[in-house]
Amino acid sequence: MLPRKGLWVFFPLAGFIALAILLASGLGKNTEDLPTALAGKPLPEMTLPSLLRQGTDVTNEFFQGRWTLLNVWATWCPTCHIEHPYLLELAQRGVVIVGLDYKDTDQDARDYLANLGNPYTEVPVDASGAYGLNLGVYGAPETYLISPEGKVMLRHVGEMREKVWQEKFLPLITADQNVNAGNTQ
Amino acid sequence: MKKLIWLLVLLPAMASAVIDVYQFEQPEQERRFRGLIEQLRCPKCQNQSISDSDADIAQDMRAQVSTMIRDGRSDEEIVQYFTDRYGDFVNYKPPVNAQTMILWAGPGVVFFIGLVLVIVQIRRARGLVQEKDSEA
Repeated sequence: MLPRKGLWVFFPLAGFIALAILLASGLGKNTEDLPTALAGKPLPEMTLPSLLRQGTDVTNEFFQGRWTLLNVWATWCPTCHIEHPYLLELAQRGVVIVGLDYKDTDQDARDYLANLGNPYTEVPVDASGAYGLNLGVYGAPETYLISPEGKVMLRHVGEMREKVWQEKFLPLITADQNVNAGNTQ
Repeated sequence: MKKLIWLLVLLPAMASAVIDVYQFEQPEQERRFRGLIEQLRCPKCQNQSISDSDADIAQDMRAQVSTMIRDGRSDEEIVQYFTDRYGDFVNYKPPVNAQTMILWAGPGVVFFIGLVLVIVQIRRARGLVQEKDSEA
């Protein structure tokens, strides 16, 4: 009888430890970084005017055939200014970046790119934010990884940095390339 | 001077009056709108519903809800529209599935454990009392 009673004594302690582990696992998590609900699904249908090539539209076709970053940005967004130099660096390394100009005015956007440099291969304009709503955007900047099939693979909320690129984006791209290489052998 | 005071008194009222006003044809639609914007969670300023929040995205979402209500879409369709885009996160009444199981079952499990502990304790106490009674 006594040993059983002895075990019950540890019950509150075990409960406490379990709770502590549960709560500790939540600490330091970035609760803003929600995974996109579109993961693995095609990019929502896009027909948006191009800022760079006036009179033309940017459509889903543009995302076919190669990996693309879709960066949601605006001139009113402070973090976009901070990540801008890094986007320029990525572009210089040959990464194709499409910049969705979100709830902005064309003139501001043109001035911004003229002054700070343009990392974007194409700039679709979403002045009303309607396309952003379809994509599940809730602020700027957000950066999406689009597969060569035009599917949404990943969303990163907040500043793009080398660490994020190395740890979140590159593994998905290289994993896919390995699979493809395996298929061709 | 008097005019200035009146202006200062009325200024807050004017300011709150410009915050989006949605017109509905039927009071029923208005009631549904109120319900839905309480149920949908703002993804930007988390832990606020989109009716509470003044974030840009919450305003867009309210506008979208009102448009969809006027277009005759059902509450389920509207909630589905947002969960398709923002995930279960956006719904303050999340569906029961493997990921949300702990939310739904957690309180029941904790209550059950507590109940078992209380019963065990009571039984043991009774046993002690009876032992004493029989001794006497």
